[in-house]
Amino acid sequence: MEQAQLETLLPDVQHLIELIIDNVNQLKDTQGLKAPARLDSATALFGGEGFLDSMALVTLVVAVEQAIEEKFGTNVSLADPGAMSQEHSPYRTIGALADYALRRLRAD
Amino acid sequence: MDAPVTLITGTRIGIGRHLAEHYLGLGHRVVGCSRAPVDWTREGYKHFETDVADEKAVKAMFSDIRRSYGHLDHLINNAGIASMNHSLLTPTSTVSAILATNVVGTFLLSREAAKLMKRKGYGRIVNFSSVAVPLKLAGEAAYVASKSAVVALTHVLARELAEFGITVNCVGPGPLATNLIRSVPKQTIDRLLARQAIPRMGTFDDVANTVDFFLRPESGFVTGQTIYLGGV
Repeated sequence: MEQAQLETLLPDVQHLIELIIDNVNQLKDTQGLKAPARLDSATALFGGEGFLDSMALVTLVVAVEQAIEEKFGTNVSLADPGAMSQEHSPYRTIGALADYALRRLRAD
Repeated sequence: MDAPVTLITGTRIGIGRHLAEHYLGLGHRVVGCSRAPVDWTREGYKHFETDVADEKAVKAMFSDIRRSYGHLDHLINNAGIASMNHSLLTPTSTVSAILATNVVGTFLLSREAAKLMKRKGYGRIVNFSSVAVPLKLAGEAAYVASKSAVVALTHVLARELAEFGITVNCVGPGPLATNLIRSVPKQTIDRLLARQAIPRMGTFDDVANTVDFFLRPESGFVTGQTIYLGGV
């Protein structure tokens, strides 16, 4: 498939941010996740000021992978060797996770 | 009697560098290797920039050892990599890299070393596992699997190589102040230490002392054993 065609099929970063926020809200409702009332791309997820512990992070990342597959029909792995790194984790903020998901979608 | 020839993998930093300096201090001729160049040098030390999982490079290193020294007395399979990550967030590329260095590297170096040691009918191989194995450490699935494989290799190689006068043993350190644990949160380390009988960080000398025991000529009846440090 041509790159231009592929780009039109991929979600943009704003779609991914909304998808991540939807999933955080679902985890708040179904699993009692304690998250800030206001969520946006700058909201810290993991490490430092983040509201996720390591198990909640795993749950959210897997939920986002599955939501991307359901919504966009693309199987993507968001696993990353720097996951638990405080400095380099792609899960630092909602925006960072959305950027990372988009990079992985473009790479796959 | 000639000074013993000791090959140590992963000598650029950490335990490997300490062991290299330790055995140079005891008068050994030490050969070391690492993927990157070392920023230190000592008389009696020879370094190879060799990836332990690269068969061609490893065989070339052993050819050089054979030409330069004629034999090999000791192999210390120290080189290792780790990745602290939940299994659901671990890419297969990370798993492959860990298995390549920790398992394939240990196997390859042991195989080539045994060929050289066999000529003299004497040799000591010391492998490196980790307390993460008996502690079944969550968040280290790939690393623990690789270090379990090292224990299994130790058991089988001990039996296969005994008839050549080669012993194969294994040391399993707990947390030490090395690069391997620099990104692990302090709370995680503290929880780990609390599971040891002696709840403190290990030191390079604790490891060297154990390796010394396995390398002694008098330890010829000790093989296939793993010693976990700290009382795990």
